Amino acid sequence: MSSNNIQSYGFKPLNLGRIVIWALFALALIVAPLLFKSSLALTMLSQIGYLIIICLSYNMLLGQGGMLSFGHAVYTGLGSFIAIHAMNMAGKGMSIPVSLIPIVGGLAGMGFAALLGWVTTKKSGTTFAMITMGVGELVASMALMLPDFFGGEGGITTNRVYGQSFMGISFGPQIQVYYLIAFYCFVCTAAMFAFTGTPLGRILNAVRDNPERVEFIGYNTQRVRYFAFIIAGFFAGVGGGLATINFEIVTGADSLSVIRSGGYLLFTFLGGATFFFGPIIGAVLLVFASVLLSELSKAWLLYLGLVFLFMVMYAPGGIASLVMLNVRLARFGRLKPLLSCYLGMALTGSVVVLGAASMIEMLYHLQLNAALGPEMEFLHLRVNAEATASWLCAVAVLAVGLGLFELVRRRFVARWHHIQEEIEKEIKRTEAH
Amino acid sequence: MTATSEYALELNDLRKSFGRSEIIRGANLKVAHGERVAIIGPNGAGKSTLFNLISGRFAPTSGDVVLNGQRINGLPPYEINRRGLSRSFQITNIFPKLSVFENLRCGVLWSLGYKYTFLRFLSGLHDANERAEELMRQIHLDKKRDVLAMNLTYAEQRALEIGITIGGGANVILLDEPTAGMSRSETKRFISLIREVTVGKTLLTVEHDMGVVFGLADKIAVVVYGEVIAFDTPEAVRANQRVQEAYLGSVVAENQAGGH
Repeated sequence: MSSNNIQSYGFKPLNLGRIVIWALFALALIVAPLLFKSSLALTMLSQIGYLIIICLSYNMLLGQGGMLSFGHAVYTGLGSFIAIHAMNMAGKGMSIPVSLIPIVGGLAGMGFAALLGWVTTKKSGTTFAMITMGVGELVASMALMLPDFFGGEGGITTNRVYGQSFMGISFGPQIQVYYLIAFYCFVCTAAMFAFTGTPLGRILNAVRDNPERVEFIGYNTQRVRYFAFIIAGFFAGVGGGLATINFEIVTGADSLSVIRSGGYLLFTFLGGATFFFGPIIGAVLLVFASVLLSELSKAWLLYLGLVFLFMVMYAPGGIASLVMLNVRLARFGRLKPLLSCYLGMALTGSVVVLGAASMIEMLYHLQLNAALGPEMEFLHLRVNAEATASWLCAVAVLAVGLGLFELVRRRFVARWHHIQEEIEKEIKRTEAH
Repeated sequence: MTATSEYALELNDLRKSFGRSEIIRGANLKVAHGERVAIIGPNGAGKSTLFNLISGRFAPTSGDVVLNGQRINGLPPYEINRRGLSRSFQITNIFPKLSVFENLRCGVLWSLGYKYTFLRFLSGLHDANERAEELMRQIHLDKKRDVLAMNLTYAEQRALEIGITIGGGANVILLDEPTAGMSRSETKRFISLIREVTVGKTLLTVEHDMGVVFGLADKIAVVVYGEVIAFDTPEAVRANQRVQEAYLGSVVAENQAGGH
């Protein structure tokens, strides 16, 4: 305990552990496109980069402020639109360098957050969620009413190559855009992490935990929520501006939609709202799901829904919390006995998924591709979706998978509890000394 | 705080109605600087409502609340807090997912002038950190520094609640049943803790435990049906005929019935 007291004053925001982690993060951003060289990989990496900023900015509201917003796409989207208009003004004499366009998007997101957030942050909890949804619908419907600004159904296009290229950087090639995104991603992530260590950031946590009490320690909770909302709006806008540079097109129906807002919510939650780095995982998953999973299956939204359902039920802290639970075990040196269980659950789990997925795919095939006949391809196998045999087979696989999974799961739960008890004992022992 | 008034807290004909029922019916009270006042009264007499009116949780229907000579009725809680009044709650009201240290640091930030800043790091705010450490020692939770508030024992949570309440350095402290739900020995320790940390401050407590009341308070205010029917030293209150009829009688009766 005495060491604790010494540590309490000496704690520096930049300690060795943190420097290492941030250096690794920077390294990962730099090295990623050198390891994955295909154009698909580069596209995905670029998307991951700005989605990390957006999901982290969303988590400033959800995880740190307890504000369940259903309208975050409003700020990313409006940031995108202002950014694209700024880019298109380049031809008309007012030229803002592409590298500063994300800042333009950020200021736009901040401005709109200051305007609309004034209304939404007046309330908290369910009322806040409802109002953000209302504002989201409002802005999304405005996109169709003001075609001059939002470009109607077709949206607005731009060309990111304008002005003088500087040292050969024109932002024409995707790799240059990626590094611009990576740079902003790193800076914004660092800035948002720094925010969590400031008075406003901490009071925001207090407002999340117990808004009523905050009022009695001198803080106006509305103000706290409002300021956090504006800051989150800025980073959302930066993300939106980067998306504009990446795609060179913005459409209201897509970037402002409530579905888009729902996506940010869903993946921030999946990644883990209780830890700062959770949304980073969420952003990676978002890109993998929307780019790869959607290619793999027409039923990808169904799978996504199921995953979300199971996460909410069994791991409400998201993937980040699962990671941290295991890090804790590893710290106490007790991760090893569980590894065989994890392997077992992964294997039996994939049998379950195989059985369930084959049925879902057959069903989708019969409903959507009836014209192509009952034959379909599933994992390189020719399957007759109408044949009783294929269905029986799928059911059998699912049943066997479920049975085996349950066996392994029971074993895992028993071991897990045993280990947790041992750790508790160990903590008590060290505290007693 | 400049003492512009002779009294730290004054209630002038304070009234509060919820719908058609009047809960506080013209309460008057004048508390001098540095006085320790216990507010007693039967259940439903309006003691907690009185606290809620003073601290800004509810706005009074009519009448005045005067803090250090300044009218504060109708102000939001944070404005009242900034003017030097702080309160605790009957039901533990802390920040469950923050550590003990963070809870206390949240309690001191505004009073040290940090407001809503996001341009400085908490770790660099030496005065706030030292004040939080000092509070932690005062409420004897320094060994639980990094424990989340939700993992503390009940008595520790109550102590933390007091710590957050006094953290901002307010000179008028309202404690709503600080010892509710504690065992006898815990209560005893807790009362001496409250005495320690509120030295030199004006203190108002709502309390049910008569032992605590007579031990802690310089003066007792008796609230019955939304009125302050007596406000005097413990001895005088004990001897007061109206009080005996209205309140202490019922406690005696309760005690005889084997209640408390």
